[in-house]
Amino acid sequence: MTELLREIEEFLYREARLADEHAYDQWEALWTDDALYWVPYGADDIDPKARMSVIYDNRSRIATRIKQFKTGKRHSAAPPPRLRRIVSNVECLGEENGDVLVGANFVIYESREQEMRVWAGRNEYRVRRTGDGLRMAAKKIFLVNNDQPLGTLAFLI
Amino acid sequence: MRDLGDLVQADRVHGSLYTDRAIFEQELERIWYHTWVYVGHVSEVPERNTFVRKSIGRQPVILTRDRDGEIRLFLNRCSHRANLLCEPERGSATSFRCPYHGWTFSNAGELIGYPFQSGYGGGELKKDLGLARVPRIDTYQGFVFGSLAEEGPSLRDHLGSAREAFDRLVRLSPEGEVELTAGWVKHKVRANWKMLLENETDGYHPQFVHASIFSVAQSGIGELYGEKSTAVARDLGGGHTENDLRPEFRRIGQPLGWFGTTPERLPGYVAKMRETYGEAADEILIDGSPHVMVFPNLFIAEIQLFVIEPVAVDETVQHVTAVQLKGAPDMNRRMLHQTIGSVGPAGLLLADDSEMYERNQRGVQARTPEWLVLRRGLHRERLDADGHPVGDATDEITLRAMWRHYRSLMEAE
Repeated sequence: MTELLREIEEFLYREARLADEHAYDQWEALWTDDALYWVPYGADDIDPKARMSVIYDNRSRIATRIKQFKTGKRHSAAPPPRLRRIVSNVECLGEENGDVLVGANFVIYESREQEMRVWAGRNEYRVRRTGDGLRMAAKKIFLVNNDQPLGTLAFLI
Repeated sequence: MRDLGDLVQADRVHGSLYTDRAIFEQELERIWYHTWVYVGHVSEVPERNTFVRKSIGRQPVILTRDRDGEIRLFLNRCSHRANLLCEPERGSATSFRCPYHGWTFSNAGELIGYPFQSGYGGGELKKDLGLARVPRIDTYQGFVFGSLAEEGPSLRDHLGSAREAFDRLVRLSPEGEVELTAGWVKHKVRANWKMLLENETDGYHPQFVHASIFSVAQSGIGELYGEKSTAVARDLGGGHTENDLRPEFRRIGQPLGWFGTTPERLPGYVAKMRETYGEAADEILIDGSPHVMVFPNLFIAEIQLFVIEPVAVDETVQHVTAVQLKGAPDMNRRMLHQTIGSVGPAGLLLADDSEMYERNQRGVQARTPEWLVLRRGLHRERLDADGHPVGDATDEITLRAMWRHYRSLMEAE
């Protein structure tokens, strides 16, 4: 278990660094085809098929989001904000259909013109072992303030 | 403060209108606490004894459906010592109990109890210390509006030609009703509220601000706002404006083309529409949903609704939800999915609009040139068959219409 946890932590830290550094292609390559990238709004446990979310991307919309960033003309991300995040309190929560369910807390510092913004919350990942190594099948991001007004979020959270 | 008439002119407005705190305070009094303001929708209080928290300008209000089924609007303030009475965002309750001293009000606003009554000499508090009501409340097609002015034009008169936008919107439902059940995402921006209102009625910006998503998503939306578009920008009167895309949709003549899909992809919805509307269904499905700004705070943006909440001279919260049509579950799922992708803090469209208003707010800090230019299309304004002034799709007639009404409200005695 300790070895698996260590391997998963390394995977999550890499995912975090690629997102911080806007390494769009490498970050996108971490996803499986049945991907779900979800930032709920209003509460953590809403039904995403009936309620508004901040992000509810399937694999195809992740690709669109990445392509849009890569045009260099997504004004809210041009230039991209400078980011650094801490991912901590990593735990393996269980297993489902061969995927490892992982929980972690995060804090992200985002430097924008005129201000430093802090984003904080909990991530729940579904991590899958594939022939190419570990991959993400789901990343759910539960912002601590997802029931409050949020500023523009134009980076990979 | 300078005379407002000097600041709002026919073809330009002064930069201080976005930055002057005294003007912002005056706008709250003369616009937000005076005219009709959109508050909520009847579907947000679907049953008796349900409530939801809302606002009118900076005033917190409670929208309730009382035990008799009546829709009511109260200021969210205990009549005793002004505590915020209702804290949950929404819920069910027959009464509201203030946590501070236990005063209790029915959901029809009456004071029904307070602890230790002898402390008031056995007096008659219940008669005169009910909740403060929003003086006027009215609905149109299920949309609830409130006005903090005791007197003024009726809601029907206030909406005027913009009423048709609501009629068109509900007609997209096979049961003739919309339901706002998807919840509101709140997007906070560092910009004056009028920057949002202008951006949302501006048909000139989409090809520039949204080029990144139009190119990768192979979207035809950009062309609707191009030089060759037959769409028109319309002054509906009363500060309400429309970017009417119907001429383009009718030219293309494809049912559901406005929604980027075809009847084959939504057979259940289309069948129900034909059942309800018969031969008129195709016309309804070709015309699509309205793109209308209802002054000062409700933007009906085809498949989604935006509500503008002014917070400070340089801060605004924009609430957004997906339109949901009663009796159209297949259509609703797609509208929700598309809305989540497009709007809100991470929206493929709205994150870039919000970036524009925020940069606008920073740019207007520069003192010169003092004016923002609203001249586009002034030379080609014309009247349509109904007598409304219209311009080309990219013209600033919508901004001029908004500002003219703004000035009339700000100058009214």
